[in-house]
Amino acid sequence: MSSIPPLDILESADPLATPRRVALIRPDIRPAVRTIEERYVMTFPHLIVREIILFQLVVIALALAAILVDAPLEGIANPLETPNPAKAPWYFLGLQELLHYFPPVVAGVLMPVLVVVALVVIPYARINLSAGPLWHEASAARALVLAAATAGLVALFSAFRCWPIVVPTLLIASAMFAARGGERGGALRRALARITLPEWIMFWFAVVAGILTLVGTFFRGPGWSFVWPWVSATPG
Amino acid sequence: MKGAWPVSLSRWLLDSSVYRSIVRHGVADTNRNRSLVVFENLFLHVHPVKVREKTLRFRHTYWLGGISLACALVLIATGVLLMFYYHPSVPQAYRDMKELEFVVDNGMFLRNMHRWAAHAMVFASFLHMLRVFFHRAYRPPRQFNWVIGVVLLIVTLLLSYTGYLLPWDQLAFWGVSVGTNMAKEAPLLGEKVRFLLLGGNIVSENALLRFYVLHCVVLPVGLLLLLSVHIWRVRKDGGVQGPPEEPSEREEVR
Repeated sequence: MSSIPPLDILESADPLATPRRVALIRPDIRPAVRTIEERYVMTFPHLIVREIILFQLVVIALALAAILVDAPLEGIANPLETPNPAKAPWYFLGLQELLHYFPPVVAGVLMPVLVVVALVVIPYARINLSAGPLWHEASAARALVLAAATAGLVALFSAFRCWPIVVPTLLIASAMFAARGGERGGALRRALARITLPEWIMFWFAVVAGILTLVGTFFRGPGWSFVWPWVSATPG
Repeated sequence: MKGAWPVSLSRWLLDSSVYRSIVRHGVADTNRNRSLVVFENLFLHVHPVKVREKTLRFRHTYWLGGISLACALVLIATGVLLMFYYHPSVPQAYRDMKELEFVVDNGMFLRNMHRWAAHAMVFASFLHMLRVFFHRAYRPPRQFNWVIGVVLLIVTLLLSYTGYLLPWDQLAFWGVSVGTNMAKEAPLLGEKVRFLLLGGNIVSENALLRFYVLHCVVLPVGLLLLLSVHIWRVRKDGGVQGPPEEPSEREEVR
């Protein structure tokens, strides 16, 4: 039976209170037992061995990379000689790319802060907890709101001529609206119809972040001008 | 116990009173001893003794958190070794890079490994976050662990970023200059935070020393503490959460 002590012990302030085990079994009611026929395995060896193999694979992959590709090292730091372009590490190149379109306080402060806040509140926002497939109860009002939101975003980013955001936004929004009523469509539309609104938003964020990072890394040359990655114009 | 001598020797060692004083259980060939392997070990006891078989599948987690952790361990090991050869001063920091390349045995390998592991950790952590999101594993009771994860991602970025300055080459200097110029734009505190971070108004020797201390002491300690909480809470919140599951047909309430 239950091994939890009765409430008058658990919630008592008396340090000497000792739990008494009391079980009350009424003959007319069987205790509900939830059985889950799920297979369990011993952590050792099943999980531990996999963890060790994973660690070894990571070490081998990193060692191979370290043997094959040398870490870059340029000339000694010289504050008087600015390389053109001067690039941040790759994971900040998405931000640096934004700096090309937006005022510094927007690209360098407002947007990163918004991203971090948005990430932190994800598990506390009800929309993330209870979201079903976006078009499940397809109301015209919802479609209208989403269309307006998309148009607003596209207008905003177009005003700053930020095409690396506008283009994926349009593509993903098209896919999102194509999913409407997709439950009766082909396999692809059925799959799209299962996606929730938070998933569309996160997908959009990940794609935009990825494209901005790629553009900043490979397609930006002197004066942050557009270059093709295979045209080697890297100044020494 | 008869057998080849390596077997009998290892049996004798494993059964010796010295070894048994360190590891109290015998050879892990029974379920009892296999349980003891896990819960008599400080490091392994973040695991339960038994795990759901489903969670071992590749598509359950893609092992992305594990890959991030493995990268972190590689980074600590190679980072400590690199510290033996590094002086956080100008111009010795840059000369140390040359020494690693031309003088120190496997010095280049060490630096390469540290750099690629750092990039891999940033990338794997980001993918880990996406995986957790699309599996909706941030839902109760795991909300706070998601928040810790976001902070861990930021700490990882900061670690990578502070390490970026240490070689003191043009790449490092201007990469960090560009980044800290962004911080300047923050209203009210921006200039002051930048001054605090750099120990001056430009990236200089002071900045190198501060980034070195942040990179080798403050941020790694923070990372390890948060990582411990993060991993401990995974277990407290019911183990790794894979793709959302419908109750199976065989699951029943009797």
